[in-house]
Amino acid sequence: MIWASYALAVLAIILAWPAPIILSKAQWPARSPFTAMILWQAIALAGGLSMIGAMLVWGLDPLGDNLLAGMGVLAGIVFGNRSTEALGFWHVFALSAAFLLGLHLVFTLLLTYIRIHRQRRRHRDLLRILSSPSPESASTVVINHPAPVAYCLPGGARSVTVLSDGLVNLLELDELEAVLIHEQTHLTQRHHLLLWAFAAWRSALPWLPTSQLAQRSVNELIEMLADDEALKSVDKTSLIKAIAIVASGTGPSESTDDDDGALAGSSSALGHYDAGSSPVGTPGGPIESGMDAVTTSHRVSRLITPRPALPQSGQSIIVGMSAALLAAPTVLLIVPGLWAL
Amino acid sequence: MATLGELERTVMDLLWENPEAVTANALRDMLARRTHGEHASKELAVTTVLTVLSRLEKKGLVERARDTRPHRYQAVTSREEHTADLMHEVLGSAPNREAVLARFLGSVSDGEAATLRKLLGHS
Repeated sequence: MIWASYALAVLAIILAWPAPIILSKAQWPARSPFTAMILWQAIALAGGLSMIGAMLVWGLDPLGDNLLAGMGVLAGIVFGNRSTEALGFWHVFALSAAFLLGLHLVFTLLLTYIRIHRQRRRHRDLLRILSSPSPESASTVVINHPAPVAYCLPGGARSVTVLSDGLVNLLELDELEAVLIHEQTHLTQRHHLLLWAFAAWRSALPWLPTSQLAQRSVNELIEMLADDEALKSVDKTSLIKAIAIVASGTGPSESTDDDDGALAGSSSALGHYDAGSSPVGTPGGPIESGMDAVTTSHRVSRLITPRPALPQSGQSIIVGMSAALLAAPTVLLIVPGLWAL
Repeated sequence: MATLGELERTVMDLLWENPEAVTANALRDMLARRTHGEHASKELAVTTVLTVLSRLEKKGLVERARDTRPHRYQAVTSREEHTADLMHEVLGSAPNREAVLARFLGSVSDGEAATLRKLLGHS
């Protein structure tokens, strides 16, 4: 059983460090954001499993030939006052660490959920008083604010897309349509759940720099997914213009002073105001807002210079890899037991 | 019967229109006038208005002057200020926009910048 714990530890280290760095630098996720999203989830989930699994299996090694037998003996020790002589100090340490890490991950997930939920409820309360329903589309409200703002507030049947009248005034009909579809895609594809999971992952493991990397990449990927959905209904120019105008705070016609005026319109983007921001989940710190520029430029780049999606075979390989990643820790945890049979 | 949520909205609208603090009774009369067309037959109880007011007070939208009887109520700040607060929550560190902008400009290629300018109606 000891070799399984070493294998799990190696897997945990790879998934915690080199794998996210390589994936976050890769170019292909912009071509197939959905596939990339699957891989990110597999990395995070398998990373957590192997981290806990490695310590658990190593700690249980003296107690039994496999996980189940070991767990059985451990239960006897914890609940039945059986002798602990078999366990050395480091075994107890590893087992406690595995237990605490598992608990920590689950609790952070719960606490993050509660925090987000509260924040959203308060936001929705104020929104109900401050905004008015949009005449054009259902479950959309307009708030009286000069800056062009668009975001969505998930909440099951009470999900709502919020537009500022500054935005409504600046955008042409097609561009508004692009914004609305973009936001509604966040809601229908439940992007807030992904953001929630990765925000929790990050606050659970803040010392792990790659947890931040993962969150950032996931933020960017959901924006791309929403862009792609919008592209099915509106033309590309409208979408790019909408992104630029939302980012700028000014319409194209207002920035005539210099060449960069129009571009100056293109800083952060729809993304900054919707899923990545506080009503949905992640508290927007200075780092995120600094990264927004990068996200926006990635989004605009892939719209201006589109590259074909990954070929089917490539996508299948990546999905297969994701499945293998999830299977690996599971198998490593169980296989020593199967051998014993 | 209007829901509590709708009432909260209407009450806030009235309070924002009235710079002076008002009593729950006065507010009820204003509400009755406001909703005259739609719910003329529905007489609103003062207790309902008080419930709505205390909910709004809890949400930090309304403040109550307790030095007089009956208590007088008024909006804490203007609608615009509340909206600005709410939007600040969404926009995050809005003052950083300039920095974001500079980074974005630095990170697009020349060709893309040209395409963007063209799209946005500049030559």
